[in-house]
Amino acid sequence: MDTKSEGRYPKSEDGRTWISGLRSSDLAMCSPLLVLSLLFALCLSFGSTLEPWRQNWSGGRNKSANVLNVLIGDSRALFANHFFARADAYFHSGYYPSIFDTRKTEEPSHMINGAGEEGREEEHHDENENGFLAAPKDWIDRFGRNFFPSHHSHLEKNGDEREILPWLRLSAELDPQRVETYTIASYWLRSRLGKVDEAEQFLREGLRANPDSYEIYFELGRIYDENRRDAKMARNLWEVALRKWEAQLRKSEAENNPAGKPNDLVYEGIVARLAKLEEAQENFPQALRYLKLLKEKSPAAAQIQKQIDELEQKVKGHSAP
Amino acid sequence: MNNALAVAGIVIKEMYRRKDFYVLFILTALITMVMGSFKFFHDDKIVRYLKEICLLLIWISSLVVAITTGARQLPAEKEFRTIFPLLAKPITRGQLILGKFFGCWLACGLALVLFYLFFGIISGAHEHQWPVLNYFQALWLHWIFLAVVLALVLLGSVVFTAVSSNATISFIIIAGILFVGRHLNQVALHLSEPAQSIVYAIYFAIPHLEFYDVRDLIIHNLPLIRWSVFGLATLYGMAYAVFFLYATWLIFRRKSLN
Repeated sequence: MDTKSEGRYPKSEDGRTWISGLRSSDLAMCSPLLVLSLLFALCLSFGSTLEPWRQNWSGGRNKSANVLNVLIGDSRALFANHFFARADAYFHSGYYPSIFDTRKTEEPSHMINGAGEEGREEEHHDENENGFLAAPKDWIDRFGRNFFPSHHSHLEKNGDEREILPWLRLSAELDPQRVETYTIASYWLRSRLGKVDEAEQFLREGLRANPDSYEIYFELGRIYDENRRDAKMARNLWEVALRKWEAQLRKSEAENNPAGKPNDLVYEGIVARLAKLEEAQENFPQALRYLKLLKEKSPAAAQIQKQIDELEQKVKGHSAP
Repeated sequence: MNNALAVAGIVIKEMYRRKDFYVLFILTALITMVMGSFKFFHDDKIVRYLKEICLLLIWISSLVVAITTGARQLPAEKEFRTIFPLLAKPITRGQLILGKFFGCWLACGLALVLFYLFFGIISGAHEHQWPVLNYFQALWLHWIFLAVVLALVLLGSVVFTAVSSNATISFIIIAGILFVGRHLNQVALHLSEPAQSIVYAIYFAIPHLEFYDVRDLIIHNLPLIRWSVFGLATLYGMAYAVFFLYATWLIFRRKSLN
């Protein structure tokens, strides 16, 4: 059929132009725009039918305001772990085990330990720092160690610790329920970089995502005690932390869930600091109460008993005319 | 040698007429600058994450440029039948391979210089220090790495019929060596015989391309690599490049061009 010479639609033998007489291929030839419009209408119909179902679908990500959540869904926790490990690798200037290497001990990283009790940091300078790299197994292994960081070192000078922060920030964005990220970042921000406001702001972000976290309340209390010198606020925060810790303990016992048991070290930290604060504020009965609580959990019970005795002597001295 | 250099000159001209490099360079620059615009905890001095991202993009871009360019050299000459007038010049098949290799390698070197210049400017602007020798070592080792890659890809182009299959297989092999190569000896230790011996043999036979990836040393401002070690790494890489080029010639010299 010659559509060009016969006009827009081809004519049949009797001279009539009639579209129903065309084959489908002829129809497509004579009007691609019509086919395109029909396909578009079909797509639009499907779209309008499926969209309400998608909006109500419980597995959808469209309810989340977080772009990362929409893009990668629940797998973001995996990425969060990776970025947290990346921060630790940066803390060790790239000296970090791969999935093929094994750590010699199961103890937590120095980045995490540093964010705990300052006193415990001293231990790391005495320990064997050989790390995960054993003696070279062959010449390729020996030669290859010249091309990647193969010596243990920490970022602890000139404020280089700041380099771990982007990875911790990213890790928190991806997994806001990971409390450790907030407390560690806060420690390095306030203690090494002097960024107290930023540390508090980050902890408060963590608190919004984890309102029952005793660790974050404890760390916030440390900011108010050590950096802002606001004993009243610090006491309030640590008391909340203590209540949260006790609530979690009760919950784990009620559910018979040992994995949910709160961390005893943090408990010791809370009551020890409360005792110290109350003693400094001359609230001796309260200080004694906290020291007694500490004695129940602490492995150094004898030393704490000595502190209790000294405090009792002090109380007697104060009450004597 | 003059014939080989003439072919190399044509390859370089062809490469700078193509848009692959420009697109990858603009993408690298754009992503790096966008990432650099982020401020974490109001701290302007944080820079290592940016160096890591920029170097990663440079490595990916250079690998893409090298593999795609190397893989299409000989098949394109055959497809457009330009290989016949080229070999009738007269130019030997060995000179053709050498010319193609040098052309791609030099072009990749020029691209690397631009990439590392950009990296140096970005890094120096943030850190206010210019460890030029460290950057030179990183660039040189990266270039040697590309020599091995290009030689391997040229070998692939005379073994595999399609450009796409050569590019894909080469990419998988190179990425595999970069990620696992260093650890194959540890993997072998956990295997029973004969798998252990096979994995050990592979470990000693493969070119250890991970030697040339010194990004971590640059990112964390670690000291220079000893020059003797640097020289040995160069020789090691060149030896593998020569080996792959020789293997390419051995196959190509008897290969039918029709």
